[in-house]
Amino acid sequence: MPSPGEPAKAGDTLGLLQDLQPKLLDWGWIGENFGDEILPALIGHVYLSFVSVGIALVISLPTGVLVSRYRKAYPPVTFFTGILFSIPSLALFAFLVTVPGIGIGPTAVIIALVAYSLLVLIRNVVAGMDSVPEETKDAARGMGLTARQILFGVELPLALPVIVAGVRIATVTIIGIATIGAYIRGGGLGELIFLGISRNFPTRVIVGAVLATLLAVIADLLLLALERYLRPWARTRRA
Amino acid sequence: MSEFLDVFRRPDFIPLLVTHIELSVVALLLGVLIALPVALAVNRSPTLSAIAINIGNIGRAVPSLALLALAFPLLGFGFATSLVALTALAIPPILINASTGLRQVSPQVMDAAKGMGLSGAQILGRIQVPIAAPIIFAGIRTSAVQVVASATLATFVGGGALGQLIVLGFQRNQPAIQIAGALAVAVLAIITELLFGFLERAFTPKGLRVARKRRGK
Repeated sequence: MPSPGEPAKAGDTLGLLQDLQPKLLDWGWIGENFGDEILPALIGHVYLSFVSVGIALVISLPTGVLVSRYRKAYPPVTFFTGILFSIPSLALFAFLVTVPGIGIGPTAVIIALVAYSLLVLIRNVVAGMDSVPEETKDAARGMGLTARQILFGVELPLALPVIVAGVRIATVTIIGIATIGAYIRGGGLGELIFLGISRNFPTRVIVGAVLATLLAVIADLLLLALERYLRPWARTRRA
Repeated sequence: MSEFLDVFRRPDFIPLLVTHIELSVVALLLGVLIALPVALAVNRSPTLSAIAINIGNIGRAVPSLALLALAFPLLGFGFATSLVALTALAIPPILINASTGLRQVSPQVMDAAKGMGLSGAQILGRIQVPIAAPIIFAGIRTSAVQVVASATLATFVGGGALGQLIVLGFQRNQPAIQIAGALAVAVLAIITELLFGFLERAFTPKGLRVARKRRGK
C-alpha cells in the first residue's frame, strides 16, 4: 500500500519549494516505509524470480536432455525459444494479459519470465551434456551401468557446472525483467519504480532501481561462486 | 480486426516508430563509440582488460528499467534521459566481447606477427581486430537487440517510442491498441535480431568462416 510521507508538508514557502523539487533521496521515507513497502517488494521480487527459474528448470532439464539425444529437434527448439527470447518484455506482457484465463497479475509475469529463461537454459543443458567426454560414458557402460544410471550418475553431474552457468544468466535476466512485470501488477521492486515515477517521488524510484540492481548483481556473484565450486578443475584458470 | 488495423493508421504510429528506431540507432552507435575505444585501449594490459570485463559483467546485471529509472530523477522526463540510459545499456555487451575477443588471439599468431616485424598498432589493426571481429560483432548484436527491446520502456520516462501505444492500450483499456503496439515492437525486435545475425556472418573474415563460433550470449 502506498503510504503517506512523500506529498506536501508545506507550511512555509521553503517547504513548498522543496515539494516542487523533490529531494533525490529522502532517508526518512526509507526508514518509515522499509517494513511495510520496501521489504515486501523485495521479497515479492525474489519470489517471482525463484518460482520462474524453478519452473523453467523443470521444463528445460528434460527438454535439454531429450534434445541432446535427438539432435534433429535442437534447431527448431532453439529457433522457437530464440523468437520468444527476442520479444521485448513489455510486448509479451501486453499479449499475455489479453489471453483469457491469464489476465493482469503475477501469473502473466511468471509465464513470461519462464518463456525468457527457456533459450538459455536449454542451450546450456545441451552444451553441458555435450561436454561429457565420450570415454567417460564408455567407461560407465563398461562398468555395467544402465542408461538411466549413466544419465543421473555420470552425465548430469558432469554437466552441472555448465547448467548452473545457464541458471546464472537466466536468473540475472529474469530479475531484470521482473521489474517490468510490476506494470501488469506482478508485484516486486518494479512497483516502487513505477509508483515513484507516476508520483514524481525520486526516492522510491532510486530505492527500487538500486535494490533490483543489487539483487541481480548478488545473484550473479552467488551463482558464479556455485559454478566455480562445482568445477574444481577450472578454479585456477581464469573464466 | 479493422479496429486492430486502424492502430497502424493512427497519425502517431509512424512518429512513434521513427522515435523508436532513432533512439535505438543513436544509443547503439554511442555505445559502440564508447565501448570499442575502451576495449582497444586496454587490450595490452591483462589487468585493465580484466577490470573492463568485470565492469561489463556487473553492468550487464543492471536491469534496463532500473537504468531508465535511475536516469529519470537526474535528467527528468524526455528523449535525452532514455538516450543516456539506453547508451549505458548498450556498452557492457560490446565491452565484454571486444575485450575478450581481442585478448584471445592465440599467442602463436601474435608471436608470428611480431616476428614479421609488425608494430603494435599494425598487429592490432591487421591481426587482432579482424580475428576478433565476429566476437565483437556478436556483442554489438546482443546490444542491438537489448536496446531495441528496452527502447519500449522509454515511454515510462517520457521518451516516446512504440511502448507508448502499449501503455495507451492499457490506460484506455483498448486491447486492440495494446496488441498492435506489442506486435509492432516484437516485429522490430525480431527484424533486428535477424538483421544483425546476417551482418555478423558478413563481418566474419573469410578465413575464419569455417571455425566460426557464436560467443558472448
